[in-house]
Amino acid sequence: MSGEASSAGRIESADVVNVRALARVARRERLLMVGLFSPAFLLMAAFVVLPIGWLFCLSFVDNAHLSAVHYARMIEYSSYYKILMTTLRISIIVTILCMVAGYPVAYLLAQLASPWSLICLSLVVIPFWTSLLVRTYAWLVLLSSNGPINAFVQWASFTSKPLELVFNETGTVIGMVHVMLPFFILPLYSVIRSFDWSLIQAASSLGAPPISAFARVFLPLSLPGLVAGAVLVFVQSLGFFVTPAVLGGGNVTMVSMKIANNVQNYFEWGASSAFGVVLLISAFGVLAIAARILGFERTFGMAR
Amino acid sequence: MSAAYSTGAPRRIWLHLIVGAILLFLVLPVCIVIPESFSDSKYLAFPPPGYSMKWYSAFLTSDDWLASTRASLVAAVLTMVFATPIGVASAYAINDLGPRFQRISMVFILLPMIVPSMLIAIGIFYVYIRLSLVNTMLGIVIAHSILAIPFVIVTVLSALRSFDLRQELVARSLGAPRFAAFRQVTLPQIRPAVISAALFAFIISLDEVIVSLFVAGGNNMVLTRRMFVALRDALDPTIAAISTFFIIVSLLVLGSVALLSRKR
Repeated sequence: MSGEASSAGRIESADVVNVRALARVARRERLLMVGLFSPAFLLMAAFVVLPIGWLFCLSFVDNAHLSAVHYARMIEYSSYYKILMTTLRISIIVTILCMVAGYPVAYLLAQLASPWSLICLSLVVIPFWTSLLVRTYAWLVLLSSNGPINAFVQWASFTSKPLELVFNETGTVIGMVHVMLPFFILPLYSVIRSFDWSLIQAASSLGAPPISAFARVFLPLSLPGLVAGAVLVFVQSLGFFVTPAVLGGGNVTMVSMKIANNVQNYFEWGASSAFGVVLLISAFGVLAIAARILGFERTFGMAR
Repeated sequence: MSAAYSTGAPRRIWLHLIVGAILLFLVLPVCIVIPESFSDSKYLAFPPPGYSMKWYSAFLTSDDWLASTRASLVAAVLTMVFATPIGVASAYAINDLGPRFQRISMVFILLPMIVPSMLIAIGIFYVYIRLSLVNTMLGIVIAHSILAIPFVIVTVLSALRSFDLRQELVARSLGAPRFAAFRQVTLPQIRPAVISAALFAFIISLDEVIVSLFVAGGNNMVLTRRMFVALRDALDPTIAAISTFFIIVSLLVLGSVALLSRKR
């Protein structure tokens, strides 16, 4: 009797010891993981999150007083208001153009057979990984008044005078679409690639003509990819700097250019920060709405 | 894709033409830069009126451009060395921890991809002024690493997800120390992803413009900053020669990544 009881007690205490040891191991494991994660975490906290939080506070300060004057100016000053509207207009145009041009590319690329799909895909990826400045320079050459595009237009005698394609909003939009198009095509391509084509076969076997099989089966199913791509393009477009600064030739001012100008020339942190906050909130707002509609993973392209 | 062309549509020539035109739009700018760099004219014209090597010799004899090239390459190599281990460590930790932590940490880590880069740039500039890091190589490397780390993490994480971590546990249960188990069992299997991630870090640093505009001047003025100023203020054809250099580096990196992912 007593022997049994004491052995049960021993088992119990051994259990307790085991549980404690396991908890210690788990704790140490967690600590190690936190340690491995901390360098990246600290870098982001110290150089991204904290300064942006600080700038956020600065945007509500004017002459050492709490005020919303930096935000009020965006509406009161017509030049500031114009910058916001220009940024919004260009971003919307770029988004629409990317959708119109990107969708057929992703659609066709996802259906091509092996050697061609690889070749076409690399045609999309190469500009994606080419330096932004190099591409901006190339557009400067292509769009200039004695550049090849104008030469072609005049040769085909559409116009007698060269078209003004650069140092204005047209050039800016062309350059931005070129930058954003791969961002739109690549995620949409992977969505369409995993599409179940037998659904289209089913539709046509039930008598649907190709157009309505496309419009009523394929299009709705690819819509999440389309919307996610458009959101990404729009949000990125809001913050553009290099392309409008060079291809706009001083005639186009977007929000990021105003921020840089205020900081570099006048050390005007308050006004710059207010513009930055507007940019950030618009970007997060659009992403949050998209995440609500499409789901978090899909919006951030983590869906496999 | 055995189901290619399964929509039963005709040859759809118009679709091919449109897509061809859009693909041309995408690659044309990359294609004209190299011939343009051999132009003998000071003015923008394509095709060039004549050919010469003079913009290459202008590049190779300019102390300013050469100093910037050196600064850019040093920054890119150091960013690669700095960002890759930090990114790999974070990816390992994120992969090992629970799904809730994963989501929070991903949002945090991906911040530099979501926040407009101009805001990140003035934020970093604001801190650097106080820490006297403006125009220092250390400052440039930290700033570029912050931008590169998210890419490293995403690349390595996707490789870790397809790797069975129990292999590492087996090694440890057989007595291998933790780090040795990682180095000898896990690392060899995710090596292509790690090398790709390192190359991405290199090219992200090399191509970075906006943050560099604020923090990479003086003796450490990187190539992109000098190029941006030259493009905006006075068009200097030397840019075409330097652009060729950029295109060749990008193609080399992209080619190596493609080879690595084929092996994977």
